[in-house]
Amino acid sequence: MKLIHKYGAPKRFYDLAGSMVPWLAALTAVLMVVGLYLGLYWAPRDYQQGNAYRIMFIHVPNAWMSMMAYVAMAVLAAAGYIWNMRLADILAKVTAPLGASFTLTALVTGSLWGKPMWGTYWVWDARLTSELILFFLYVGYMALQASIDDPRRAAHASAILAIVGVVNIPIIHYSVYWWHTLHQPASLTLTNQPKIYITMLIPLIMMSLAFMFFYLTMLCVRARSEILWRERNADWVRKLVGSRT
Amino acid sequence: MIADLLGGMRAVFVRELLVFWRRSTEVMTALVFFVIVTTLFPLAIGPERRELMLVAPGVLWVAALLATTLSLNHLFASDYQDGSLEQVLMSPYPLSAMVLAKIAAHWVLTGLPLALLSPLLAIQMALPTKAIGTLVGSLLLGTPTLTLIGAVPAALTLGVRGGGVLVSLLVLPLYTPVLIFGAEAVAASAGQGFASVAHLSLLGAFLALALSFAPWASSAALRVSLD
Repeated sequence: MKLIHKYGAPKRFYDLAGSMVPWLAALTAVLMVVGLYLGLYWAPRDYQQGNAYRIMFIHVPNAWMSMMAYVAMAVLAAAGYIWNMRLADILAKVTAPLGASFTLTALVTGSLWGKPMWGTYWVWDARLTSELILFFLYVGYMALQASIDDPRRAAHASAILAIVGVVNIPIIHYSVYWWHTLHQPASLTLTNQPKIYITMLIPLIMMSLAFMFFYLTMLCVRARSEILWRERNADWVRKLVGSRT
Repeated sequence: MIADLLGGMRAVFVRELLVFWRRSTEVMTALVFFVIVTTLFPLAIGPERRELMLVAPGVLWVAALLATTLSLNHLFASDYQDGSLEQVLMSPYPLSAMVLAKIAAHWVLTGLPLALLSPLLAIQMALPTKAIGTLVGSLLLGTPTLTLIGAVPAALTLGVRGGGVLVSLLVLPLYTPVLIFGAEAVAASAGQGFASVAHLSLLGAFLALALSFAPWASSAALRVSLD
């Protein structure tokens, strides 16, 4: 708790995040390069899907991150709402566009993957559908944030929305699964995927870590700019900006 | 104490009914919207009875859902504007109970007539007669859930720029489970799937869940909006 108060002050966090960004960015770059190399060259061709399956190394980490970011956003927003922590409000706010872009990437790569596999860009697959609804939830959160001017009220209002959303996500997810099994069309699905080979698993884990560190890097970068904007009338920001110009 | 609370809730409920009744055009808009939307579908799809029958459960449920969403704007907005919402906030009773009474009154004047009107539109959409009972039942179970869930975004967007459109944006993703099982129940009893009992029980479960969470969440939202 003491630590939170020490680094919870926006200026402290601004400095701390600033010193962490280069390290996080470097780690992201290394993981991304190695992961892509392993995924695109080292991993073997799939006997059924050929080379097309390699889009998985982008698609799956993004889909994971899209859900993880929503939970992170809800937890941060709840912390900001319950304990009135400004830093948590800021982190929750800047998580939303990141999560939305993970979701969008997962959707786009999923439909690009669907073209060679299902023969069409879009099928109402259970996972694609719940990912689409997750995207709408992100958009709603961002729209609510953007339409309230007072930052405190915006944070609290969108926190309630995020908590309601996080309670609803499992219900939505299983409803969509149920709906899908009822309307199961006779087509090739990837639900019963054969067990994944270790040579494909290693690049997948690398890429997942890479995207996770990418998220942390961007979180720091975006939180820094959000802090600067919110504290634009504070002395330390004036000094900082003044010394640069 | 409990009798006191129930008395307070009843006072709010009766007042809401009276206020809504006096401004009956607002109540009617949602209903008329429901009728018009379902009437537009045969015009777009064509009068073929077999095709209409196939899409009828979905069309009726989506139209009911949109009509409910449309009516959400009236739930708190006028009380917010004239300041009576702040009086409710200052009353000695728990806010969530007051909100529940408001939601109940709102449902009696929008969801209930919508469900009662639906058989007429079902005939228009060539829904088999045996499915009409399920349609009314699923709407009776589903529309209160929709109003309960919708109360949270309605409270959150009070006094916010573009509140009306924002409410639909926030609420529609949350409505998907109710829509899925509501439309599925009707389709099932029209003879396009399994028995409808399972779907109706799940709709009941959603209602129980929403009943226990939504008043609490929307009173927290009201406190944020009126802060």
